[in-house]
Amino acid sequence: MINITDKRFRFFLISGVVILIGIISLAVFGLKAGIELRGGSMLTLGFEQEVDLGELRSELASLGYTSVIVQTTGEGDYLIRTTKLTTGEKTALKETLTAKFGSFAERSFEDIDPIIAKQTARTAAIAVAIAAIGILLYVTWAFRRMPKPFRYGACAIVALVHDALVALGVFSIIGGILGWEINLMFITGLLAVIGYSVNNTVVIFDRIRENLLESPSSDFDVIVNNSLVETLTRSLNTSLTTIIVVLALLLFVGATIQNFTVVLLIGVIAGTFSSLFIAPSLLVVWEKGEWRRFIKRRPLGSSTNN
Amino acid sequence: MLRKNTLVLIAIFLTFVLALLVVLPIDEGLLGKKGTLLGLDLQGGIHLVYKADLSEIASDDTAEIMDGAVAVIANRINPLGVTEPIISKQGEDHIVVELPGLSVTEKQKERLGRTALLEFGEQATEEEEARWENELGRWKPATGTINGQEQALNSSYFKENTYVDRDDFGRVLLVFEWDEEGSTLSEEITSRMIGKRLGIFEGDAPLLGEDGLPTAPTVQGVITDSGQITGLSFNEAAELSKQLNLGRLPVSLEIIYELTISPVLGADFVDLSLKAGAIGIALVMLFMSLYYRLPGLVASLSLIFYGVLVMALFKMIPVTLTLAGIGGFVLSIGMAVDANVLIFERIKEELGAGRTLGAAIEVGFSRAWKAIRDSNITTFIVCGILYWVGSSIVAGAPVMGFALTLFIGVAVSMFTAILATRTLLRLFVGTRLAQRTNLFSPYLRRK
Repeated sequence: MINITDKRFRFFLISGVVILIGIISLAVFGLKAGIELRGGSMLTLGFEQEVDLGELRSELASLGYTSVIVQTTGEGDYLIRTTKLTTGEKTALKETLTAKFGSFAERSFEDIDPIIAKQTARTAAIAVAIAAIGILLYVTWAFRRMPKPFRYGACAIVALVHDALVALGVFSIIGGILGWEINLMFITGLLAVIGYSVNNTVVIFDRIRENLLESPSSDFDVIVNNSLVETLTRSLNTSLTTIIVVLALLLFVGATIQNFTVVLLIGVIAGTFSSLFIAPSLLVVWEKGEWRRFIKRRPLGSSTNN
Repeated sequence: MLRKNTLVLIAIFLTFVLALLVVLPIDEGLLGKKGTLLGLDLQGGIHLVYKADLSEIASDDTAEIMDGAVAVIANRINPLGVTEPIISKQGEDHIVVELPGLSVTEKQKERLGRTALLEFGEQATEEEEARWENELGRWKPATGTINGQEQALNSSYFKENTYVDRDDFGRVLLVFEWDEEGSTLSEEITSRMIGKRLGIFEGDAPLLGEDGLPTAPTVQGVITDSGQITGLSFNEAAELSKQLNLGRLPVSLEIIYELTISPVLGADFVDLSLKAGAIGIALVMLFMSLYYRLPGLVASLSLIFYGVLVMALFKMIPVTLTLAGIGGFVLSIGMAVDANVLIFERIKEELGAGRTLGAAIEVGFSRAWKAIRDSNITTFIVCGILYWVGSSIVAGAPVMGFALTLFIGVAVSMFTAILATRTLLRLFVGTRLAQRTNLFSPYLRRK
């Protein structure tokens, strides 16, 4: 039988490295807030003639739009993001662009007041916090018949924070390279990932609960490992079907909800990893009181020999 | 047992047919329902959120004032011919306007939220505080006295019979009449302002003439019962006259959120997301059938049942489908099979332990149920929180849509996985197929 729990510190190391890289990227690149979280205007234009991205950028810069971001969409349209435009400014901008680049269709226009954007960002942050607390309480409640039910809740939360950190870190790398910004759909995706991650974790915990009740005398780490192995196929298959549909969304719907689908994709992978290798292993670490030994600089990996 | 199973099977089949009748055709309804509702991002249109300036309004009156503002905007939208406009109050001081399928010009958009309250001003001296400033100087509201109280002169004293006319030189005139109080004020103000300029303002800005300059006529004589404003373009004068007569907004509004999407772009998204959904379902069905063989095939059947049922619910509730909402639905397809996967893995284990197919199915279902229930509740918690986020922020419609469709999707998946898959699987119990365990579990090693 595969022994997963014995290799727990190796998995912690992998996660630690990924998260560390993410945190470095967060410190270097940061996360760029989109107009929904910062305020501003976003104009999508489809030009009739071919327009050079560089020319469009320099034209906008010469008009005084210094902090403007210009991108192409998958459909060959241009996304122009600026600070909040008044109706007059927008009309003037459109007239200048028509004069320079010929006529175009205005595909979409979004305009958000900075105050509203600030409220949105605050609400989103509160939501993530409430979600974490709600899940902690729920998991603790669901495993209330177990000894120390709080541990299950706490380990599920660590797994969830792990997934959120991985998603944020990877996204900040993408953002740093491709200029993606986080928006409302990103936060929606992040919350969906949180739900998904815990969903997976609970299935494994559920099996631990069942096995513990059936043979309470066995070693805790053996029970955890058996439960993991018994649910392994399920975990992988469910992740696979979810990844299939997320990929379908990513490939077909494209740029408009790419923030959402990409964060889901990263999150589902991270969530599968954490519910298999982090949350159950943490239970074992906690049960064995390995925290203290770990803090006393017990050499890493000395418990990983099978 | 078997008889009961047959009855459930018939019930499921009837539900399926009924759901199919509700769903098809997509764009109209059979059972007295409209077609599937598409959000702005899928059919194009305009979404505006106005914030009302309630700073000068007593808190007792705000509800009434906001209702009045909603009614005025609705009046202005009616002639645009939008089939299903939404004009509603949101929170304390927001008004949400959704006009699906409409493309409007900047001018039309501006007119929708304009106060249509003209205020009159006189030039302020250096010491006095100015309400407006423009190239003609600094202005303060022109005031007079009614019943011992100082009142500013504005178009709320107009009778609701303004009209547009032309003078002998063909110039456009906006003609108005003062009501009783207006005429008292106007008489007092114009008699002291003869030879001076009377500025006309709308909100914080001067009323601009056709030449783009502020309108500020010089007072020629005392005006008591009626007057006229010159210099406006014909269209502008006609629109303004209509709004003055139909009712001005009781508060000034500011656009704090705007989303405009061209109908063409929206139509693309419908195609693309349908394609994504169809391909997603097909691939998941393929995987399930290859991996789980016969039960996988059964799960694929219940996945079709699931898809039709969810679509029917979307139409009946009704759920307005946005791009994010479809995302939630497609995601729920991936998660819907989770219940089946959990069950099939259990059945495999039970078969491996040497149970007969019938026993393995029953035990597998009852053992998997707890995990299905407990794990899906976490998704429900997150859906609830997302719904709250979506409803409490200004641009939250997509978030609400996602929360709703994911919730419905996961809830229905619990139902279809348990009921439909089990009922179909039970059909095989006692048949010759049941003996061929490799159909149920290809890699099974009997212990």
